[in-house]
Amino acid sequence: MDIFIQQLINGLTLGAVYAVVALGYTMVYGIIQLINFAHGEVVMIGAMVAFTVINALAPLGLPPLAVVLIGAACAIPVCVLVGYAMERLAYRPLRHAPRLAPLITAIGVSIILQHLAMLVWSRNVLAFPQIIDTKLYTIAGATITNVQITIIVTCVAMMAALALLVYRTRLGTAMRATAQNPQVAGLMGIDIDRVIAATFAIGAGLAAVAGVMVGTYYGIAQYTMGSILGLKAFAAAVLGGIGNVPGAMLGGVLMGLVEALGAGYIGTYTDLCKISGISEWLTQRCAADGGHFVLFGSNYQDVFAFVVLILVLVFRPSGLLGERVGDRA
Amino acid sequence: MTGAARRNPPLFWAALAVVVAALLVLPFAMSEFGTTWVRVTNLALLYVMLALGLNIVVGFAGLLDLGYIAFYAVGAYTYALLASPHFGLHLPFWVILPIGAGVAALFGVLLGAPTLKLRGDYLAIVTLGFGEIIRIFLNNLSRPINITNGPQGVWGIDPFRIDGLNFSLKQTVLGLSFSGPIKYYYLLVVFVAVVIALTLRLQNSRIGRAWEAIREDEVAARAMGINTTNLKLLAYAMGATFGGVAGGVFSAIQGFISPESFVLVESIMVVSMVVLGGMGNVWGVVLGAILLSFVPEILRFSVGPVQQSLFGRTLIDPEVIRMLLYGLALVLVMLFRPAGLLPSAVRKRELAERSE
Repeated sequence: MDIFIQQLINGLTLGAVYAVVALGYTMVYGIIQLINFAHGEVVMIGAMVAFTVINALAPLGLPPLAVVLIGAACAIPVCVLVGYAMERLAYRPLRHAPRLAPLITAIGVSIILQHLAMLVWSRNVLAFPQIIDTKLYTIAGATITNVQITIIVTCVAMMAALALLVYRTRLGTAMRATAQNPQVAGLMGIDIDRVIAATFAIGAGLAAVAGVMVGTYYGIAQYTMGSILGLKAFAAAVLGGIGNVPGAMLGGVLMGLVEALGAGYIGTYTDLCKISGISEWLTQRCAADGGHFVLFGSNYQDVFAFVVLILVLVFRPSGLLGERVGDRA
Repeated sequence: MTGAARRNPPLFWAALAVVVAALLVLPFAMSEFGTTWVRVTNLALLYVMLALGLNIVVGFAGLLDLGYIAFYAVGAYTYALLASPHFGLHLPFWVILPIGAGVAALFGVLLGAPTLKLRGDYLAIVTLGFGEIIRIFLNNLSRPINITNGPQGVWGIDPFRIDGLNFSLKQTVLGLSFSGPIKYYYLLVVFVAVVIALTLRLQNSRIGRAWEAIREDEVAARAMGINTTNLKLLAYAMGATFGGVAGGVFSAIQGFISPESFVLVESIMVVSMVVLGGMGNVWGVVLGAILLSFVPEILRFSVGPVQQSLFGRTLIDPEVIRMLLYGLALVLVMLFRPAGLLPSAVRKRELAERSE
């Protein structure tokens, strides 16, 4: 049982981060129906900038929280700039092109960002300096660290702020109007270009914070970290219903839970020794391998997101909360 | 091509003879600069095969596949497992290549079947996920039963062999010395020629025209009596087959494969080639694959030494330049020449109509 709760806590932490990244995908998709393939790279750049700043400030002896906050404060503007620049240069000129065109440029932007980051920060795995002393708290037989608590609280706060922005401010109203019908929104006096640019900037800002959190949580950063994280967050956005803001939050948390619980239990449930009676050969193998004959271990963790993605798209393309249908040419 | 042949037969045959002669002499000219360049050419030819296979899916049928390298991997692993000390099997290549092609086609249908309903960008992401799943499995299928040998990969893969002709050895025939890569080069040229001929014939066939109809408007195509389900599956299977064969040859040339060779970036590289050359145009795709294979290698050999002499050390890793080039190719082509360097006639028309 305590393993279950432990995986639940890990899953929630991971899921909170996925949710924040998924928001970036879903907002952009909601407004211009583009899968911003390069969004994961923005997360990576956030982590990298934070790494540089934290590395530089670590020897000064400032309080750890302040160092991380300064790191985030530097990462956010850089990422917002990157997000704005890619919208301006690579996506805006293609707004009326066939659907596949901006997707292909998005892939190109993703490669360019990845390798520019490799130029700046080298191809090695960068280890964050250990400035935060991790405190452990015990809940119902499982442990939760202060870092995990901070991540969950920060993510919830950011999501609440975003929900307020989208549903309670003029900019949010303009965003929702543009998502519904850009032409009519334009006729109502909304500057669509500015709204779209703002969407990219907000998404990139969220991604920056997510990058800082991922970096400090795992303690490492590398120029390739963004693509797999981005894909999982995208899968989360699809699970919740792409284009739907609450859906992305729900999808992110669910995706984190699926991954953590899946990785925690897949080994137990695919251990063929449980049914070792069915064949002589299996019984012998089990005896030889110390009672375990695990078909799929926790090293298949990365598969879950893709399996979920494929299942959702096949059986419910509109996702859990979405109304849009994925069937658009 | 067929049009040119009909209009002016003597000129066409003369041009063909010149091209064939050039292709025959090329490896010997290349090996003057070092065997590396023959190897680079071989790799380029493999990419031409891959790009042409992907072109069937992306260019002809309009289904963006970002996990295409998975079929290459399937073909490569099929060859490696059936012709290496790993399982102690050493089947001849002409038995394995069809098996590899068949297995790859099966995987193509496996990918195609659940994604038939999806279109455009959703499809792209699912295929990408499929490619990643294959790679993760290749990486992890070393336990509990060792099938793929995990991240270590498979070693000692047999080269192609026909009686006394061994593709990995240097042999002298008719006074000319044929090194291993040169022999593979001729084999690959034949393969590529067959693939080009097949795709050209396919494009103007009943099937090719049906794919084009599906790409333009699936609903209308179905209304005209086209069996969209079967034809889309056929496109996947056909594309996967070419990928599988290319993978088998890759396995034999390298003698060693590991999941490292089949990462997402490789899929994107093949997509870049198709996009740069011109989706749907066979010659454009060939041009795209050759350009994106050779230019980075030429840069690798020129930029490195230039940096050495100018700054005394390598400032920018040639590998980075290679990848930046791929990224830039994708972005710039889409921005300024969305139909590619050599656009297909239909694509050109389509883009002109769609842009409002």
